[in-house]
Amino acid sequence: MEQLRTRRSLLFALALIALVVLAASIRYGAMDFSVADIARALRSLLPGHAEPTLDQRIFLELRLPRAILCLLVGASLGVGGTLMQALFRNPIVEPGLVGTSSGAAFGSALFFVLGGILHFSESLWSLPIAACIGGIISTYLVFLLARSREDGRASIVMLLLTGLAVNALFMSAIGFLSYIARDPQARSITFWSLGTLSGANWNAVEIVAVSTIGGTLLALRYAKQLNALMIGEEEATYLGVNVNRLKWIILSINVVIVAVATAFTGVISFVGLIVPHILRMMGGADNRFLIVGSALTGATLLSLADLVARLSLRPAELPIGIVTSAVGVPVFLLLLRRRRYVF
Amino acid sequence: MLQASNITFRVNGKALISDVSVSFAPGKLHLIIGPNGAGKSTLIKVLARLLRSQDGKVEYEGEDVRDASEADLARRRAVLSQAVEVAFPLTTREVVMMGRYPHFGGRPGPADEKITDELMELFDVTEFSARNYQTLSGGERQRVNFARVLAQLWRADSGPLSTSSLTPSTCRYLFLDEPLTFLDIRHQIEFMKKVRDFTDASDVVTVGVVHDLNLAARFADQIVLLNDGRVVSTGTAAEVLTAFRIREVFGVEPIFVPVNQGGIHLIFD
Repeated sequence: MEQLRTRRSLLFALALIALVVLAASIRYGAMDFSVADIARALRSLLPGHAEPTLDQRIFLELRLPRAILCLLVGASLGVGGTLMQALFRNPIVEPGLVGTSSGAAFGSALFFVLGGILHFSESLWSLPIAACIGGIISTYLVFLLARSREDGRASIVMLLLTGLAVNALFMSAIGFLSYIARDPQARSITFWSLGTLSGANWNAVEIVAVSTIGGTLLALRYAKQLNALMIGEEEATYLGVNVNRLKWIILSINVVIVAVATAFTGVISFVGLIVPHILRMMGGADNRFLIVGSALTGATLLSLADLVARLSLRPAELPIGIVTSAVGVPVFLLLLRRRRYVF
Repeated sequence: MLQASNITFRVNGKALISDVSVSFAPGKLHLIIGPNGAGKSTLIKVLARLLRSQDGKVEYEGEDVRDASEADLARRRAVLSQAVEVAFPLTTREVVMMGRYPHFGGRPGPADEKITDELMELFDVTEFSARNYQTLSGGERQRVNFARVLAQLWRADSGPLSTSSLTPSTCRYLFLDEPLTFLDIRHQIEFMKKVRDFTDASDVVTVGVVHDLNLAARFADQIVLLNDGRVVSTGTAAEVLTAFRIREVFGVEPIFVPVNQGGIHLIFD
């Protein structure tokens, strides 16, 4: 009971923090906007107002979609991390480590490059679909290769090592694509491998919003079953969970939300790893709390990382993946050291 | 009534249990004994429908369980395993509450909260309520899991410890897979007494695996002796545990020591 109240207040606080960070994120960047500027820019959207000025258009067409996309992508990565950790009953996995992100990035890069060469028409959804296909292939590949020949189960060590290899494979494939690409955006290898939100626009916001919000709500329906999984697959079965079905559903949600986010931002690692840990330390391991909390915390952390990326080299910017890795890698190593893994 | 007919379970072509037919009546405590590798755990898992046998069938009150849904089974069948590891820091109460998962949709109702508290009281784990399960000792964990498993089968109207005068529509099935392994002797006996009490409800079918022949002899209404995947003998302790069978199956020489109230105690040479 008391725990429930603590968790509710925590979630409330996390939502407030996310709003504050969002406010900072739309104000500061290569160019700062005052609250009055922002209000004027928003008012220009109302009918009967003057056409927005150049500054206002920068705000409306670049800054605002970027800030919102950042929240959505952060939420996707946070929820993806929570789902993967719950599924593998292990706190050191995340979408970036089992190949999902690099496969999705490869799918998107391939789509860009082939699109540039073959000039085929593309609809709004073709890029995210290409990313999903890439994400599915790479994730499946990792599971297939990590599976033990004796009992068909994937040990966590095998999973991480196989993930490493598959990541390397897809990253070099992306490198090759960037090399032969004509499209200037696809040419920039840093876009796919290090991640950036500089390509944000309202189309991206729309698509990522659908997958993030839909995926998170769907995942919440399975939170109780994921909780049961914490005490083991056999025990979860005894508690009425169809474990195989649950695995497929959770893995699919994860691939879709992470792949769609990756399609527009490239690979952003370690957000999905850190976020669930912070939450477990604060409010325990209940997945209902973790899923909602990791959406909020992921959104907040990625927005902070994006602020750092935008402000540290003003007016130029750092790829956001550098910022998240700089924080994430030490945390990952620490977690690895704290647990005993025998190779 | 639980009825297993001609069940055979194979892994990679090797039969772990072969052609086992045995029935278990409600209100009785059935214990399966046998040497290592006899197929005891496999039999429990097939009876509890974690595993599906290749041949034969398992029926709960005449209903073949092969195609029953997990959710449906979970409301009337619970299994206590040897040891339960939790991957993340859950509180003790959260673990016990999991026993109620099959009975509520989103959030636990007042009845679920009440049952959880009652069972934590019964197993003397209320003091650990807010503690991280991972920090408990093996024996404490097993008490928590027993509370969880009974919470799963507990009926809000009539507690399982009181023999209900009503005839419930369906039986409840309790399986125990070597639950005593990590317990000291006092807790072993307390556990068996609680299992005994629970089984006294007229709608509860209890089937367990234990290693200690004396505990089996003392608590079981019916003993099933398993060897090499086959049922060697079923019946009361006096019927099953003969010097000849113990020698044949376990390869040890038993000495029967008479104890008070006409019981016997086995020691081994």
